[in-house]
Amino acid sequence: MPDYRVLNAGDTAIVVEFGESIDRRLSTWVLALARRLDEARLDGLVETVPTFRSLLVHYDPLILPTASLAARIAELMQGLPVTEQGGRLWRLPACYDPSLGLDLADVAARTGLSPAQVIERHCAVTYYVYMLGFLPGQAYMGDVPAELALARRESPRLKIPAGSLAIAGAMTCIFPLETPCGWHLIGRSPVALWERGPRPRALLAPGDQVGFAPVSLREYERLLVKAADGTLEIFPMDEAVEAAA
Amino acid sequence: MSAALRILAPGLLTTVQDLGRPGYQSLGIPVSGGLDPVSLRAANALVGNNQDAGALEVAYVGPTIAVEADDVRLSFVGAQAAIDILPDAAATTGERIATMRSIRVRRGEVIRIGSLSGGAVLYVAVEGGFDIPPVLGSVSTYLRGGFGGWQGRALVAGDRLPLRRSAASARDECRIEGLDLRAPARVRAIAGPQKDYFSENEIASFFAGQYTVCAGSDRMGMRLQGRRVDHARGYNITSDGIAAGSIQVPGNGQPIILLADRQTTGGYPKIATVISADLPALGRLPMGATIAFEQVTVEAAQALRRDLFAEIERIGEKIVPIGHAATDMAPMLLDHNLISGVVDAHNWTL
Repeated sequence: MPDYRVLNAGDTAIVVEFGESIDRRLSTWVLALARRLDEARLDGLVETVPTFRSLLVHYDPLILPTASLAARIAELMQGLPVTEQGGRLWRLPACYDPSLGLDLADVAARTGLSPAQVIERHCAVTYYVYMLGFLPGQAYMGDVPAELALARRESPRLKIPAGSLAIAGAMTCIFPLETPCGWHLIGRSPVALWERGPRPRALLAPGDQVGFAPVSLREYERLLVKAADGTLEIFPMDEAVEAAA
Repeated sequence: MSAALRILAPGLLTTVQDLGRPGYQSLGIPVSGGLDPVSLRAANALVGNNQDAGALEVAYVGPTIAVEADDVRLSFVGAQAAIDILPDAAATTGERIATMRSIRVRRGEVIRIGSLSGGAVLYVAVEGGFDIPPVLGSVSTYLRGGFGGWQGRALVAGDRLPLRRSAASARDECRIEGLDLRAPARVRAIAGPQKDYFSENEIASFFAGQYTVCAGSDRMGMRLQGRRVDHARGYNITSDGIAAGSIQVPGNGQPIILLADRQTTGGYPKIATVISADLPALGRLPMGATIAFEQVTVEAAQALRRDLFAEIERIGEKIVPIGHAATDMAPMLLDHNLISGVVDAHNWTL
């Protein structure tokens, strides 16, 4: 059974914390507990929010007393799977043209690599989706190779466009909406991680694996037109990725 | 033409809100919903709606609205405001009416709501509700995400909000008596979840201090200014989930209380969390208000939550026809379907 502690986040939420760092093993536990709690369908459990290293559990204490919830969580911890459950595998087009990747030259200068090497290193990795958060559908993907890991920019930009592909620390993100941002912009993807409309949905889920396929500026613009028409359909490479222990 | 309310002037920030959109935070979607759900519920109850119907949330400066229906019944609950019913759009003077009541307004007449005082928000409910499709189970507007409510944004002049009813029902107008919307002397909060990022002294000072609600506050977060809160272990944590009322302390040491449109996850340590029973009162605190905290236990907070929902269940009893005394009204109100029998626990999204 993993080590964990339960912290109160007010009177209607608790944090089940497995650790304090970004770590695939912690993430595996977080996602496994989220799955088990969702399956348990406890009356009074409102929703769970998985993050890198903890699970926030929103509940109504007038229906589900805190002690009962904590006891149920302790039971569910028994035999919590320690291997990743198969997520889906995606390959998302990304354009690293310097006209879109505004910080590419800066990242190259800071890491001592050439812009071409930055791109090559960034798309050599199949990333793991730790969590969604901050904006609708925004997936935090790791781990960025250590040689590309940079602290956030000293002065955040007030606005970056939707679709911006960026890095900060061990994480890479496609920002689904226009937003203020302190990350380093290295490109852009035409893929909407968040689909608007009457039935909005998020493309990625925690536990998924994501690779990036570099495309030319021309191809990016072609895909962007398709995305605007609603005809850019992105499917996972296969149904499930075999769990990597 | 179908029945509607036409917005002649939008006010500062007028949005459609209901009790929110829980259940999608794991996708990064905030709960949203009214900042003061008690006033929102009361406004709906005054026009005979279910308490969780969508209504207009007016912030600081009210809108001017023309009636494009045979007639409509509206109610106003929350902050004080000068509300005038003008005979037409060209008129400059009309009948001044009080808040905390319902009123029937006829085709062509105009409702002009002035600046709010004594609170940040006022709710305007309409009998039958707006004919707006819910997104993910709610008509609440999520401004940053650009969806929900009316076209995913705050109202602008020229908007025409369709109504479910083309005319008001035949009944007396009502007011609500004894709804306590006073600002709390102290906002109660539970220490944590990141209390180990602050020294015991620092937590004690935070609870002893006084803060001002300052400019830059919005539906996402209430920015406070006051004694700087120092961190014991830095101000970056690995992002974790954010509950309603979380008080995060960024690098500058000035706390931010996260409200209805809060981001679902964040990377600043949270020194304390406002209790659920005090969130409605918190939501109506305007910029410039002072705020002090009181530390309570989880058990105490949950007892207060129980009291609040008991109070919410009694909203119907506080509604009386205008011109009558508040005695022996229950049978009459039941006739008018003003008291709904049951409050659905799963709508208790405070």
